[in-house]
Amino acid sequence: MTHQLLIGYADRQTFLNRLSGSTKLLCFVGLSIIGMTTYDTRYLLGIMVLSLILFHFAKIKFHEISFVLSVILGFSVLNLLMVYVFAPHYGVSIYGTEHLLLGHHAAYFNLTTEQLFYEFNLLLKYTFMVPLALIFLMTTNPSEFAASLNRIGVSYRISYSVAIALRYIPDVQSDYRTISLAQQARGFEISKKASLMTRARGGVQILLPLIFSSLDRIETISQAMELRRFGKGKRRTWYMAQRFRRNDYLALLIVGALIILGIVLFKVNGGRFWNPFHA
Amino acid sequence: MPNKQSNSIRTVVATGIGAAIIFVLMKFVAIPTGIPNTQFNVAIGFAALLGAIFGPVAAGLAVFIGHALNDFITYGSPWWTWIIVDGLVGVAFGLTKNRLKVADGALKKAKLVWFNIYQIIVNFIAWVLLAPTGDIIIYHEPASKVYLQGITTWIIDSISVAIIGTLLLVLYARTRTQRGSLKKEK
Repeated sequence: MTHQLLIGYADRQTFLNRLSGSTKLLCFVGLSIIGMTTYDTRYLLGIMVLSLILFHFAKIKFHEISFVLSVILGFSVLNLLMVYVFAPHYGVSIYGTEHLLLGHHAAYFNLTTEQLFYEFNLLLKYTFMVPLALIFLMTTNPSEFAASLNRIGVSYRISYSVAIALRYIPDVQSDYRTISLAQQARGFEISKKASLMTRARGGVQILLPLIFSSLDRIETISQAMELRRFGKGKRRTWYMAQRFRRNDYLALLIVGALIILGIVLFKVNGGRFWNPFHA
Repeated sequence: MPNKQSNSIRTVVATGIGAAIIFVLMKFVAIPTGIPNTQFNVAIGFAALLGAIFGPVAAGLAVFIGHALNDFITYGSPWWTWIIVDGLVGVAFGLTKNRLKVADGALKKAKLVWFNIYQIIVNFIAWVLLAPTGDIIIYHEPASKVYLQGITTWIIDSISVAIIGTLLLVLYARTRTQRGSLKKEK
């Protein structure tokens, strides 16, 4: 709990900070969708390198992100292990060839180049968006984020919900800590020393006050918003909205080109996989 | 009676605060099961209550936003298939609003039994049928792995809703004044 899990925005005075939130959001979503579908190693590596270069420009310090990075890497490795345990021949069935490295051809657990290559692709897919996500998180002002959602066509009520969520996450988090400490002071053991059942019961004792006080908060906030005539107009302007500038169009153009390149590669490869074994 | 306008404001706020709570619960109150990316999830139990009070739009969006933010911050990249499926589960919970009528107080046992059967079926469709299929089509992951993750999630989410969701529903209903509890003096 001592870790600051919610890594935060800071005004770092780089060109990435000055890009409008809508641009960054569109670029992020576009790249994440194309990266989700493609299995072209060259393409994924290219985007990875590109995002690492951008990451360098964002002036984010390593200690700010080291904890998040270790969590992400841990989960990726666990997932890769699980894929191997459950489907050690999946790579062979995808690429159609078999180059044995270790073990016997007929054995369940053997190691093939194809499997390693497939898992390497998976690792790229799990991690290639991470630098971009971190850049996005740490260079976009949360209030501007809601404005940019509205700009790209999401209805302003939903954008406002997202704004409320971002605004109240720290509050709910601190409520959670306060209630947790209060309950521990009353004798509920929720640390690792207690048995699972005791911990679960302790957890419920935190959950109930947290949820019921939040339900009251919903009433208060919605009444306050109604008094300020929220939702009367068809549109809404945003204090934090930014105009598109030259760099925004440039960034969108580059990402658009990258996405088109990804689609062209589907055609060239004759599918989603790039197969180096057939050459 | 609240009119339509203030209802829509309440939906907006409930979505936002609900997403914030779901985010915090997913982040801090998650007990890992040992299988990667599946954990005993308290947040989904809360989603059941949110749906029963505020309806499908608020619950669906709140789960969607909360889950997406959590994935974004924990793993760096949102895992879209599971986020969308989770949002759909939220919508399905929201559909119980008119049937459960928690705001009118006093939940009968029959309603709770019905709710639990309903949620187990919803979770089955979501985690055993939809989510793994999405993973196979979109992410091209091996079937046995994603089905194991799906079935585990189905079981633990159903248990979570059965315990925490039901508990929250009962406790919430008790805080409400029962409809028709006042009688005209003769």
